[in-house]
Amino acid sequence: MALTGVEIFKLLPKTNCKKCGHPTCLAFAMKLAQRQASLDACPDVSEEAKRILGEASAPPIRPITLGAGDKAVKMGEETVLFRHEKKFVNPCAFAVEVKDSMSDDEINKIVDDVLNSEIDRVGQKLRIDAIFVSNASNDAERFEGVVKSIASKAPAVPLIIATNNPAAAEIAVKAVADKKPLLYGADESNAEAMANIAKTYKASLGVTAKGLDALSALTEKIKGLGVEDMVIDSGARTAKEILEANTFIRRAAIKKNFKALGYPVITFAQRDDKIVESLIATLGVTKYASIVVMSSIEKWKNLALFTLRQNIYTDPQVPMQVEQKIYKIGEPTPESPLTITTNFSLTYFIVSGEIENSKVPCRLAVMDCEGLSVLTAWAAGKFTASKIAQFIQESGIENEIKHRELIIPGYVAILSGAIEDKLPGWKVTVGPREANGLPAFLRSKA
Amino acid sequence: MAFAIPKETFSGKVFEVTIGTDKTAVFGGENVLPFHSFEGSVPHRPVIAYEIQDIVPDDWPETVKKVYESVSGDPVIWAKYCQDTLNAKAIALRLLSTHPDRENRSPEDAAKTVKDVLAAINVPLIILGSNHVEKDSSVLVAVSEAAKDKNCIIGKAQEGNYKTIAAAAMANNHKLVAMSELDINLSKQLNILITQMGFDKERLITDPMCSALGYGLEYTYSVMERIRLAALTQNDATMQPPMLADVGMYVWKIKETQASESELPHWGCLAERGITWEAVTATSLLMSGAELLIMRHPEAVKAVEKFIDELM
Ligand code: B12
Ligand code: SF4
Repeated sequence: MALTGVEIFKLLPKTNCKKCGHPTCLAFAMKLAQRQASLDACPDVSEEAKRILGEASAPPIRPITLGAGDKAVKMGEETVLFRHEKKFVNPCAFAVEVKDSMSDDEINKIVDDVLNSEIDRVGQKLRIDAIFVSNASNDAERFEGVVKSIASKAPAVPLIIATNNPAAAEIAVKAVADKKPLLYGADESNAEAMANIAKTYKASLGVTAKGLDALSALTEKIKGLGVEDMVIDSGARTAKEILEANTFIRRAAIKKNFKALGYPVITFAQRDDKIVESLIATLGVTKYASIVVMSSIEKWKNLALFTLRQNIYTDPQVPMQVEQKIYKIGEPTPESPLTITTNFSLTYFIVSGEIENSKVPCRLAVMDCEGLSVLTAWAAGKFTASKIAQFIQESGIENEIKHRELIIPGYVAILSGAIEDKLPGWKVTVGPREANGLPAFLRSKA
Repeated sequence: MAFAIPKETFSGKVFEVTIGTDKTAVFGGENVLPFHSFEGSVPHRPVIAYEIQDIVPDDWPETVKKVYESVSGDPVIWAKYCQDTLNAKAIALRLLSTHPDRENRSPEDAAKTVKDVLAAINVPLIILGSNHVEKDSSVLVAVSEAAKDKNCIIGKAQEGNYKTIAAAAMANNHKLVAMSELDINLSKQLNILITQMGFDKERLITDPMCSALGYGLEYTYSVMERIRLAALTQNDATMQPPMLADVGMYVWKIKETQASESELPHWGCLAERGITWEAVTATSLLMSGAELLIMRHPEAVKAVEKFIDELM
C-alpha cells in the first residue's frame, strides 16, 4: 500500500539540506508520494528507510520477465481486479506444453507451429509466447536434449522448464541459462535445491503447493533463500478451483497487499477436448492468469484466444485508435478511388485489409472520431456531413487526385446528400455496408 | 505473514427467474459474482437457449446453417429438433420475418407461429422480435397474447417501444427482456421506466447489448461486470435482474466465422474457428455476469455446458 507524504517524511533525514533539489525534506516527501521523484535523489537517506520505502512502493504483484531478448514477455504489475477500473497491464502469456516423452517429430512440429503462430490483428503482432517443456520421460538426459534442441530451433522463444527433479532441472536450466527461462516445479520437497538452481543460473522460479496457505508459506521460504522472481501455482486444475484460487490470489495481492502471493499466476488449461480447452484458457485470460499453459495450438484456437486477450487488455478509457490521415493502399494514381472511414483501430484495420484484398489501389481517408466505430461516431455526432466535408477540404486531397468522388460506408448512406451539399463539385457514392463487400465493389468500379 | 482468505460477501442478490410452465428453467438467484460459490450461494446454473427463427436462415454462415438444414424450413420442426435431439433447455424464437426489410409478415402471422411452436414443445420459450423498434411493438403485443400464461420471455423492450411491450408482457404473465445500448446508466434507466409502469422488477431480464469477440466484446464484458457489482455491492434493485447475452446473432455475422481457410490460411479450420468463436464469446460473458445465453451452434453449446459443469 502506498505511503502518504507525511509517512514518507518521517523516514527522511529531516535536515532540509536541499541536495535532492527540493527546498525541504517535506516537499521532497510529497513529490515521492505522488511518484514524481525518485528516492535516489536524497544522498543521506538511511538503509532502513530505503527498505521500507522500497517495499511500500513496490507494485502489489511483482513484475517478472519471462525469457530474454525481443520476444521476452513481461508479467505481473497488475493493480486492479476489474478492467473497467483501470487498464489491465501485462497481457497473459500463452504457452504450449511439449513433453519430452514425445517423439522428436512431434516436438519439432509443435515448435514449428509456435514459430509460425504470429498473427497480425488490429496492428498488433500476437503469437504463442512460450514453450512449456515437461520432463514426462523422467529421464534427465532426454530432458536436457529436448530443451537444447528446442532452444536451438527457436532461440528467441521463452522457455518454461518443468520438472520437480532438481538433477534434471539443473542440467536443463544450465543449457539455456542465457535465455532467462522459468524453472517450474519448486515444491515443499525440493525448495532448497530448486531455489539454488534458480539463483545460480538467474532463472525465475515456478512455485507450486496445494492450496493458498501452503503456497504462501512456500514463497516466503523461497524468498528467504534469496529468490524473488517467482511465478505461482496453487495446484488448481478444474475450472472451479482455478476461479477460486486466482480470485483469492489477486484479491490478497491487490486489496491486502499480501506479498507472499504477490506474484504472477500460472494456470493449466490442458484438456482432451480442444474447444473446452479454449474455454478454460478463456477463464485464465479473464480471471487473472499471467501464463496459460495449453496442450495444443491450432490456428483457429490461437486466433480466438489472441483476440480475447487483446479485448480484455485494452484500455477501457481510450479505444485503440489510428492517426488521422489519408492512407495509401497499394500504389494509388490520381484516378484511384477515395474511401473514407473513422479512426477506430478495429474499423481501420478491417477496412484497409479488405481494400488490400481487392488489389485495387485506393486512398483511405481516416478521420479522427476519437476512436469510435462508424455507427457509434455517427450516433455521437462525430462523423457528420459537415465534419467530413471540412476534413476532406483541409486534407489537401483535392490537389492529389483528379476525380471528385468520395466513397462512404454503407451504414451511413443517409449522409450522402448532405455531404454533397457541403462539398461543392463532389459526388458521394455509397459503398457496401460491411467491409467484406469492398473487394467486389471496388473491382466492379475499376 | 499468515494467509487470511479474502472472502467477500455482499448485501445484494440477483433475482431468481423461472420460465416455462411444463418443463421449467430457473436462473439467477446468486448473491456473489459469477460462479463464486466459494463465498456465497449460486443456486442455479446459467441457462442456454437455442436460437431458431421463423424464416430459413439464408444469411447464417455454412458452419451453423448446415446443422439445421433439414429442419430450418419450419420453426415447429426446428424447435422440436432442438428440444428432442439437442436436449435444449430453452428455445429462443426470433421472429425475423416480421422485419419490414424482410418478409414484413403481420403480427397475426407471428402469433400463429408462436402458437404452433408452443404446441409442439414443453421447454420454455423466449420470443424475440426482429429488432425493428416500431414493428416489434405491434408484433410482440400480438405474440404475448398468443402465448398467454405460458410464462415465456418476451423481448426486446427498448427505449423506443418499452411501453406497449411491457404492458403486453404484464397482462399475459410473461417475463421481459429490457435492452439498452452498452451503457450501465441507460440500462438502469430503462429498468426504472419499466418498473414505474407497474411491471414487477423480479420479472425483468437485462440485456446490456451483446457484442462478439473482437467486435466490442470488451464493452459488453465491462458493462456486465459493472451491473453485477452494482447489484451486489450497492444492493441496487434496478440492477438485480439476471442478464442476457444474445451471443449467436452477433458471432455468426462476422468475418472470423465466415472466411474460408483457403482465403486466410493463418486463421485455421473454419468450422472449429466459428464454433470456438461462439463458445469463447459466451464463456467470457458468463464470467462477466450473464445468466441466460442465446446460442446457435450445438457444438458450441455443448462445450459451454461442459465448462459450466466444471465450474459448478
Ligand atoms: C462497441 C459499441 C459502442 C462503444 C464504442 C466502441 C467504439 N470504439 O466505437 C460504446 C460503448 C462507447 C458505444 C457508445 C455509443 N453507442 Co455504440 N455500439 C457499439 C457496438 C456494439 C459495436 C460497434 C463496433 O465496434 N463495430 C465494429 C466496427 C468495425 O464497425 P464499423 O466501424 O461500423 O465498421 C464496419 C462497417 O461500417 C464497414 N465500414 C467501415 N468503414 C467503411 C468504409 C467504407 C468505404 C465502407 C464501404 C465500409 C466501411 O466495415 C466495418 C466492418 O464490416 C454497436 C452495435 C453493433 N453490434 O454493431 C453499437 C452502436 C454502433 N452504438 C450505437 C449508439 C446509439 C451508441 C451511443 C450513441 C449510445 C450510448 N450507449 O450512449 C453511444 C455514442 C458514443 C458516445 N456518445 O460517446 C448504435 C448506433 C445506432 C445507429 N444505427 O446509428 C449501435 C449500432 C447500437 C444499436 N443501436 O444497435 N457504442
Ligand atoms: S536531500 Fe534528503 S535530507 Fe536533503 S532535503 Fe532532500 S530529502 Fe531532505
